[in-house]
Amino acid sequence: MTFALEILLSVLLVVGGIFGLTGSYGLIRLKDRMQRLHAPTKASTIGVGTALIASMLHGLMIGTGFSWQEVLVMIFIFVTAPITANYLSKVHLHSRHYGDALPKTGVSRDWATFDRTTEGAEPMLPSRDS
Amino acid sequence: MLRRLYPHPYLSLFLVLTWFLLVNQWKIGSLVMAVILATIIPLITAPYWQHRPKLNSLPALLSYVVLVVWDVILANIQVAKIVLFMPRDRIQSAWVRVPIELKSPEAIALLAGTITMTPGTVTADMSACGRVLLIHSLHAPDPDAIRDDIKSRYETRLKRIFE
Repeated sequence: MTFALEILLSVLLVVGGIFGLTGSYGLIRLKDRMQRLHAPTKASTIGVGTALIASMLHGLMIGTGFSWQEVLVMIFIFVTAPITANYLSKVHLHSRHYGDALPKTGVSRDWATFDRTTEGAEPMLPSRDS
Repeated sequence: MLRRLYPHPYLSLFLVLTWFLLVNQWKIGSLVMAVILATIIPLITAPYWQHRPKLNSLPALLSYVVLVVWDVILANIQVAKIVLFMPRDRIQSAWVRVPIELKSPEAIALLAGTITMTPGTVTADMSACGRVLLIHSLHAPDPDAIRDDIKSRYETRLKRIFE
């Protein structure tokens, strides 16, 4: 039983390592900055994910019981990774590298990164009563 | 009264859960601390989050989370394949504009996050009025298909959950 668990943990760690490595490799292989954003945001979530699952199961193996803290780490990664990606791409948009390649919004206001209107610059939040 | 004390019941529940996950054991003392935190934190942050988001169905939200986790796993394999095996010149990246019907800020944030985590797409920006999302797709021979897929797979579900 312990041996089977050991094998499982090793497989999880190796798979996680491969995905993490792929994510980093994507950084040097893909050609422009927006493309490079894809590799680390995705390929590394599964890398971290499998490492965390392995960590949870390891608690069972050494007898300290199933560890729940990793669930929290996973939740925080799922919540923060998209925000990091969003900020990186916003910074990239600010460099105005793309010019006309960027599609128009099709509505009256420009993309939030370029919008110069100060009035109601934030999306309208519904009030407490509604 | 109860509503004044707990302006965001779901946030309070989530904080209790978070505290238990942090201490990693089930004790009465932890529950007391969890309840204290779940009362104080929503009260302090309430001025910055005035309205209460509508949540129609918790099971629907949980099934949405399961769907997204499954898609994240698929996304990882797909992106890894593109990174490792696809010749660099054959990767066709594209900007995609996705008009959204969601109104609630929480739902839009969740949709944008989902898009970033799932197959080959990253949310880059939103129009200043909050009605269109700008998405960058790693490999998109057919950008319209991506837009329709996002709308039918995620947006309709979120709409059912939050509006």
